[in-house]
Amino acid sequence: MLRIEDLQVKIGDHEVLKHIDLEIKQGETHILFGPNGSGKTTLLMTVMGYPQYTVTAGNIFFKGEDITNLPLNERAKMGIGMSYQRPPTIHGLKTRQMVEICAREKIDVADLAGKVNFTDFLERDINAGFSGGEIKRSELLQLMAQDPDLLLFDEPESGVDLENIALIGNSISRLLQRDFHVDPEMTQKQKKLARTKMGLIITHTGFILDYVTADRGQVLYDGVMSCKSNPQEIFNCIKKMGYEECVRCSN
Amino acid sequence: MLELNKKAEQAKEKKAAIGPDIDLTSFTSEQVSHGYLEDLTQLPDEDRSRMIQSGVDASESGRSGTYIQMDTSVVHAHAKQEGLQVIPIKQALREFEWAREYYWKLVAVDADKYTAQAQLNLHDGYVIRALPGSKVIYPVQACLYIDKENLSQHVHNLIIAEEGAVLHVITGCATGPNLKRGLHVGISEFFVKKNATLSFTMIHNWAEEMMVRPRSVGVVEEGGLFLNNYICMRPVKSLQMYPTTHLVGKGAVSRFYSLLVGSPGSELDVGGRIFLKAEDTRAEIIARAISNGGRIISRGDLIGEVPGVKAHLECRGLMLKGGLIHAIPELRGTVDGVEMSHEAAVGKIAQDEILYLMSRGLSELEATSTIVRGFLSVDIPGLPPQLKAEIDRAVEMSEKELM
Repeated sequence: MLRIEDLQVKIGDHEVLKHIDLEIKQGETHILFGPNGSGKTTLLMTVMGYPQYTVTAGNIFFKGEDITNLPLNERAKMGIGMSYQRPPTIHGLKTRQMVEICAREKIDVADLAGKVNFTDFLERDINAGFSGGEIKRSELLQLMAQDPDLLLFDEPESGVDLENIALIGNSISRLLQRDFHVDPEMTQKQKKLARTKMGLIITHTGFILDYVTADRGQVLYDGVMSCKSNPQEIFNCIKKMGYEECVRCSN
Repeated sequence: MLELNKKAEQAKEKKAAIGPDIDLTSFTSEQVSHGYLEDLTQLPDEDRSRMIQSGVDASESGRSGTYIQMDTSVVHAHAKQEGLQVIPIKQALREFEWAREYYWKLVAVDADKYTAQAQLNLHDGYVIRALPGSKVIYPVQACLYIDKENLSQHVHNLIIAEEGAVLHVITGCATGPNLKRGLHVGISEFFVKKNATLSFTMIHNWAEEMMVRPRSVGVVEEGGLFLNNYICMRPVKSLQMYPTTHLVGKGAVSRFYSLLVGSPGSELDVGGRIFLKAEDTRAEIIARAISNGGRIISRGDLIGEVPGVKAHLECRGLMLKGGLIHAIPELRGTVDGVEMSHEAAVGKIAQDEILYLMSRGLSELEATSTIVRGFLSVDIPGLPPQLKAEIDRAVEMSEKELM
C-alpha cells in the first residue's frame, strides 16, 4: 500500500504540492488528472525519490515503511518503478543492458522485448534518438523487467501513434494485473483479490482509459488534490466543462 | 644505413614539435639481455600477468602469432599461420631486402631526438607481415615490455598487410611490476596495400613515472582499410604521440579510435592525423577521454585534399575528478567539395542519468560506473571479437580503479 499524508513539496523556492493526501491500496490503480503545471509529474517524481523535489512537510509510506527520506534506488528495491515521459539518453549503454539492470537477474530480454515490439532496438543506446512512442515502449520494457509492485506512469500515451496505443494500453494493463483476457473464468471479485500491483497513472488525453481499468480518478489542480471519483466520470466532466469547472463542481 | 645515421646524428638534440622535452641522458639505454623462450608459459608469473593486462595471451590460444620483447632483447617471435611473418626487425633488416625498403619509409628519421635515438641505438622491434591474399584469422599479438629500471627502450616496428591480405594485430606495451621510471620510444610504420585490411589495437599499461614517445605513420592504398585503436587508461608520467595516416589510393578508409584516462600526475597528449589524398577516401577519428585528475590533450587533424572525400572527427571528454581535458580538433580542406565535420564536448556526468539508473535499482556508485563504461564503449566496426573482448577487459579494469 502507498499512503501519502499531508505532503508538501518544493522545487527550489517554489511550493508545488500542498497538503496532498493519497492512498492507493494493494491491487488498486488510480488515474491522476490535472492541467499542465498542476504538479502531477512532481508528485510522481517525489514518490520515486528524486532529490530536487524537496519534501518540506508530510510523509510517504510504502508497504508500511516511511520512505520519505529514502534514496530512489532503495525505493526501487522496495518495488517502486516509474515510466518517464522524457528519460535521458545514456550513450554507450545498450537498451538490452538497461533491461538487464532493471531485471537484476538473468532474463530472456529478447522474449520480453518481443511483447512490446522492441526487439530491433535492443542494441541501440538507451533513448538515443527514440521517438515519443519508442520511449514509451522502452520504458514499459524496463518496467516489465523490473516488475515493481507500485507503478508510476507519467503520461504513458503521449506521443504514441494510434497503431501503438493499444499495445501500450494492454501492456500497462498486464503490468497492473488488469488483463482481463488472462482468465475469463474469474469473477470480478476474484480478480480484484488476486491483484497485488498498484498503479498511479497521469493522463492528459484519457485515451489510456480505453485499455486500463482504474479504481479511482483524482484531479490535481494547482498543487491541491481536488476530487476523487470514478475516473471515467471525472474525465467526462473535464471534457465537458474544463478543469476549473470540474474542480469547482466536485468540491 | 650510413645516410640514416648521419641524419639521425644531426637530429640528436632536436626537440619534438609538441609535448614536454625529455632529457635522454637521464636514462640508460644499454643492452639488457634476456634469454629466448621457446615456450611462453615459462615466463615468470608476475610478468605474464602484466602482459595479460595488455592483451597478450601466453597460451597463444586464439592468436596466430606472437612477438615479445623484454627490455632490449627479443624473447619470443613466431608465426603460427602460413602467409604470416613475425620477425624481429634487426634480423629482418639483416636478411631481407624488402624489410630494408620499408624501414624509415614513412617516419622521418630526423623528425626529433626520439626518432634519432631509435636509429642510433635500436633495441629491436617487430616486423609483422601478411603476405598477399592471406587472411590472418586470429590476431597477432606483440608485447614490448620494460623491466629494467630507468631504461630508455627504442624499438622500430613495421606492419605490412600486402595486397588483399587481412591482418589484425594487438600490441600491448607494459612495464614490470616493480618498475618506476623509464622511457619508451616506439617507431611504427604501417603499410596497407591495395584492398588489404589492417586493424592495429594498442593497449598501454605503463608505470607512474614512465615517459612514452611513440612515432607512427601509415599509408593506405586503393580499397584498403586501416583501423587504429589506442587504449591508455593506466597512469603514465608523460605520453605524447600524434599518429598520422595517408590515404593515397582510391576508396581507402582509415578510422582511429582512442580511449584515454588521465590519472593524477599523468599527462597525455594524444592526437590523430589523417590526410585524405585520393578520391572517395574516408576518415574518422573518435576519441573518448576521462580526466580523473590528470591532464589530457586530445588532438585531431583531418586534411582533405581531393573533392568528394568525407571525414569526421569526434572528441568527447568526461571530467570525473578534476584535472584538464583540452580538445583540439582541426579540419583543413584544401580544395572545393570536401565534406568534413567535427564535434567536441567536454563535460561532467549528467545528474539526470545517474538518477534514472538509480530509479532502476542501481546505487549511485553503480550508476556512475555504468555511465562511465557506456562512455568508453565505442563500437568499432570490423574489429574481431577477441580484440573487442580485450578492449572491454581493459576498460573494466581501469573502471575499477576509477571508481
